[in-house]
Amino acid sequence: MVSDNSQSHLTTYDSKIEGNVIVTRVDAAMNWMRKNSLWPMPMGLACCAIEMMASACSRFDLSRFGMEVMRFSPRQADVMIVSGTVTYKMALAVKRIWDQMPEPKWCIAMGACASSGGMYRSYATLQGIDRLIPVDVYISGCPPRPEALINGLMKLQEKIEGSSALAEQKKEFFEDIAS
Amino acid sequence: MSDLIEDIAVLKQKFASGLVAETEFRGEHTLEVILASLRDVLVFANQDLGYDFLLDISSLDHFGSDPRFEMVYELATVDDAKHLRVRAKVGEDEEVPTVVDLWAGAEWHEREVYDMMGIRFKGHPDLRRILMWEGYPFHPLRKDFPLAGRPSEMPDVAFSGVAPMEGGPFVTSAGAEDPIRREPRSKAMD
Repeated sequence: MVSDNSQSHLTTYDSKIEGNVIVTRVDAAMNWMRKNSLWPMPMGLACCAIEMMASACSRFDLSRFGMEVMRFSPRQADVMIVSGTVTYKMALAVKRIWDQMPEPKWCIAMGACASSGGMYRSYATLQGIDRLIPVDVYISGCPPRPEALINGLMKLQEKIEGSSALAEQKKEFFEDIAS
Repeated sequence: MSDLIEDIAVLKQKFASGLVAETEFRGEHTLEVILASLRDVLVFANQDLGYDFLLDISSLDHFGSDPRFEMVYELATVDDAKHLRVRAKVGEDEEVPTVVDLWAGAEWHEREVYDMMGIRFKGHPDLRRILMWEGYPFHPLRKDFPLAGRPSEMPDVAFSGVAPMEGGPFVTSAGAEDPIRREPRSKAMD
């Protein structure tokens, strides 16, 4: 069917694209895209890293949820999984890598050590990576099983889903037009 | 090759002036010597008695007594035929002669002793810290260093803080019936 432009009341609805239009909010679309392509930066520091590797392998298979693309370059990653004991000697190196990751970025503290220092109440261990970088999800366990890591990543997806992505990203722009 | 009992007899005779004590416990033989003859004993054991394998070097801190430190050398042969322990007391401002020229593997052991205990080695080719970073002001395995640590700060290199010790120790309960009870967590001290 060819629409007739002279009949203006017909142009408000174009039957040629019927069924191909989805009405949504920009935030919802951005969040949907972000949460389904999480690219983790594996910060494997101790035994938790073994469980993280197992999560990415065929038995547990993180790729079912679109988060298997482990990037060993911080510039290509958007979620840092700190898995293992963070010693004071390593702490600033972790921070330096975190600083190189582009926004938007998230952080998962995997296991007891990364969350709170774990059993290492000692001179050598940072008592939780949240003393240096902001953490979105803490995963308990020593080490957590792959299911726990997958659950943590899904909790992170829920968190991303609920964020106002556009408002955060364009904060300065909105402030400009408001004033 | 001579056996361990013969070796000890030879060492006792040859270094009689430097020998402090000779002990035996469940087949483990230990020679305690004075620091001045420590290197001579080790050179002789390495070159004449065939102790070609240095298992470990460790150190003790007898805090409060004098001399304060003690070095422990675990000597062995590659075929594991004999095992001899040599110990020597070290004062707080004394230096220990290095054995890197006898056993190349001693280099990292001595660096570890220097890092953790603060004992210096005379003649070591590269006496740097091995575990903590260069510039860390403390020697953590000394008895007067608290387990919780002390704060230190080196901008852009590293920092350290004090760990909270209340509610500790934080230990796992291996063999507990369910995973929740096996987790490391704070326990009330008995």
